[in-house]
Amino acid sequence: MDFAFTQAQEMLRRSARDFLESNCPTAVVRELEAKGVPYSADLWRRVADMGWLGVALPEEHGGSGDIMDQMVLAEEIGRALLPSPLLTSAVTCGRLLLLAGDPSQRAALLPPLIRGQSVMSLALEEPGARSPLKHPSTTALRHGEGYLINGVKAFVPYASSADVFICAVRSEDPQGITLALVESNSPGVAVTPVKSIANFPQALVKFDNVAVGEEKVLGGAGKGRAPLVEALEWATIVQCGEMVGRGQKILEMVVDYSKSRVQFGRPIGAFQAIQHQCADLQVAVDAARLLTYRAASNLRDGLPSSQEIAMAKAAANEMSRLSTVAGHGIYAGVSYTLEHDMRLYSARNMLAEAGMGAAARHVDAIAGMMGL
Amino acid sequence: MRIRFTKEQQEFRQEVSAFLEAETPPERRTIYGEFSEEKYWFGRALARKLAGKGWLTVGWPKEYGGGGKTFIEQSILDEQIGYHRVQRVGLTGLNFAGPAIMKFGSEEQKSRFLPPIARGEVEYCQGFTEPNAGSDLASLEMQARRDGDSYVLNGSKMFTSYYAHADYIYLLARTDPHAPKHRGISLFIVEMSAPGVSTRPLPYINGEVAAQTFFDDVRAPASALVGEENRGWYHAMTTLDYERAGLERYARVRRAFDDFVDFCRGSHYDGKPLSHDPVVRRKLAILKVGYGGLGLALLEGGVDAEPRPGSQRGGVHSLSLRHTAEVEIRPRGHGDTRPTGDPHPPVRACPPPGSHRRSQQGEPAPARRGHHGDTPQHHRPAGLGTPPVAAYGLRLHPSPGDAETLGP
Ligand SMILES: Cc1cc2nc3c(=O)[nH]c(=O)nc-3n(C[C@H](O)[C@H](O)[C@H](O)COP(=O)(O)OP(=O)(O)OC[C@H]3O[C@@H](n4cnc5c(N)ncnc54)[C@H](O)[C@@H]3O)c2cc1C
Repeated sequence: MDFAFTQAQEMLRRSARDFLESNCPTAVVRELEAKGVPYSADLWRRVADMGWLGVALPEEHGGSGDIMDQMVLAEEIGRALLPSPLLTSAVTCGRLLLLAGDPSQRAALLPPLIRGQSVMSLALEEPGARSPLKHPSTTALRHGEGYLINGVKAFVPYASSADVFICAVRSEDPQGITLALVESNSPGVAVTPVKSIANFPQALVKFDNVAVGEEKVLGGAGKGRAPLVEALEWATIVQCGEMVGRGQKILEMVVDYSKSRVQFGRPIGAFQAIQHQCADLQVAVDAARLLTYRAASNLRDGLPSSQEIAMAKAAANEMSRLSTVAGHGIYAGVSYTLEHDMRLYSARNMLAEAGMGAAARHVDAIAGMMGL
Repeated sequence: MRIRFTKEQQEFRQEVSAFLEAETPPERRTIYGEFSEEKYWFGRALARKLAGKGWLTVGWPKEYGGGGKTFIEQSILDEQIGYHRVQRVGLTGLNFAGPAIMKFGSEEQKSRFLPPIARGEVEYCQGFTEPNAGSDLASLEMQARRDGDSYVLNGSKMFTSYYAHADYIYLLARTDPHAPKHRGISLFIVEMSAPGVSTRPLPYINGEVAAQTFFDDVRAPASALVGEENRGWYHAMTTLDYERAGLERYARVRRAFDDFVDFCRGSHYDGKPLSHDPVVRRKLAILKVGYGGLGLALLEGGVDAEPRPGSQRGGVHSLSLRHTAEVEIRPRGHGDTRPTGDPHPPVRACPPPGSHRRSQQGEPAPARRGHHGDTPQHHRPAGLGTPPVAAYGLRLHPSPGDAETLGP
């Protein structure tokens, strides 16, 4: 058993932190928010140039290797609140291309994705009544040599920035899921941005008789569920990493503040009520971090990891919630003003808690795996 | 002991509810993050109408322009204002400055300050907190130095809510720097337009804007002092108890909860109403119990005719704040997905006559709207997206048929 990162990974962390502290301070996050711009094109390009988009993808496609490097970066990204389509584009869609794409699809799409030249987004959720992982109601019906796609996808992240969607649809096989590559400028695609918190861009995407060729299907018609589940597991664990990084940052912030804010003639950190909140958060951050690392290392080694991932996300959600409560509780009045940074962290906490399955879903999954 | 509203109080409550429902168009209601000038001035106009009906100060003594009823009637009014999401105006005057003047003010102050409050014509803000004095309020540093027949004020106040429309600031300042800290503080009412008062806006995350308020050699006449010099701490603690017992915030949050419960009834996940999910049921039920206890505690706290410093009501206030965070802020925070361009929250149809729910055990279950008979209906205007449920541990999937309303 080895809990340590390699020396190279420690260096990666150091350089990522330095880069983000100088180039993505909260002032930059605020500026983007004020302009209503979802992410900085300049930062995105520089992040891509440093190779961050391909860290968990194989070298043959321009990537560099290991999910543990990805975890290091995820923590730093979460800590810095870096806004970018990295999670949906590089992690989720990158993994889907790798798992389900044929050699020519991979060769065509992965290199520009890794270089940050093209942005992809997964169009999965639907405003319908059912879990899209069970039965998407968006359809792809045979039409000549290809398919016609019809339906509505909801909560599509970074949809307005995406060049290509991977759209989860139902084709002939009513039980299966088909993954179709749809260029965002195809006739019949309509993107409607949806108001969200934390400057997080989401949209409703309508597909109205959108024609795609046979070669746009990833991994064969009706064969998309398994790669989809696996890619979402990768995305979940990367998101857990971001949550852990953000939780750690909040912890450091409130501990610092507790040492400097004086009331009743003492630093508030001298009061047991504050001490316990800090200590509880420290324990929660560490637990979520270790569960996340375990799940990531299992994923990397191709071991069964569904339960580990569910446990990591459930723990990260609880920790995240706790960090919001402790952050606003300890900073008190000032944290409810726009000029204070705490709201930037707590809004992103909330989004992450809802993303990739809120706690109850993971808890349910864990209970199921316990044979209950 | 008899923990329920009287028949007259129930009737009053329904009357106020019907009035506010009729008077408040949907676009004038304020929910989290949707404060606006228009809503504020709508609230001011409505306050004058409430005053005209004798309701605005229904719980004040008749001699001060009130209705001569009790704290319960005043609470019912507060509750209904919150529940109908009317922008709150005049709160500081009605609930803290007014009662403090009644209790500690001179006859001259009573006749000067109280009638405009009762008519809904003035706004007050509260200047207690300072940069270095939050929880430890008694360590406040703002100076009020006696100089002839006036006081000279220097210092600054933090988080001055309602400052932008305030005519007066109701504040605490140190009049004896040498006395033990609780014994050198006095209570004042100062005009916001006095020379030397300036403000730095401090917007809150809920869309309202407070300020840091600076006092630079501000001269206030001796008549600005309320009550005894150096007894201000004790006077103020009395009025904080009024603040804490208010039902308006409770009702605002309660409304969010009730709407959320309706949403859970009307929305489906994997073919089943969310309200059938055991996790959702449990969480909603526990919140309901919390509201029951909280509502009663708030009423009990205020019924006590003479609120005492150091009573348990601070705890009640924290409870209310926590519920605000849990129910209003948190679920709305979770991916509020209303399409851009839809500025209005869901507002239910006016309740049909007789559809008000009986309050059980005196618990303030506010008079409701939008239920037709026993079958709850889900009225969501076209264009409204999916209210957030993720806080309750579920991914969101609106009910069948909603797909179209989500579209552009
Ligand atoms: C929305 C809003 C509106 C407000 N409006 C007004 C207004 O109109 N006028 C006004 O005067 N003020 C207003 N306030 C200020 C409010 O009264 C203060 O925020 C409050 O008194 C707490 O002070 P603080 O924020 O400085 O926190 P601090 O006192 O600095 O507290 C920081 C942390 O330390 C903890 N702590 C402090 N002392 C102790 C102790 N002895 N033991 C254990 N823990 C302790 C606190 O619980 C908190 O977690 C408003 C605040 C908010 C959020």
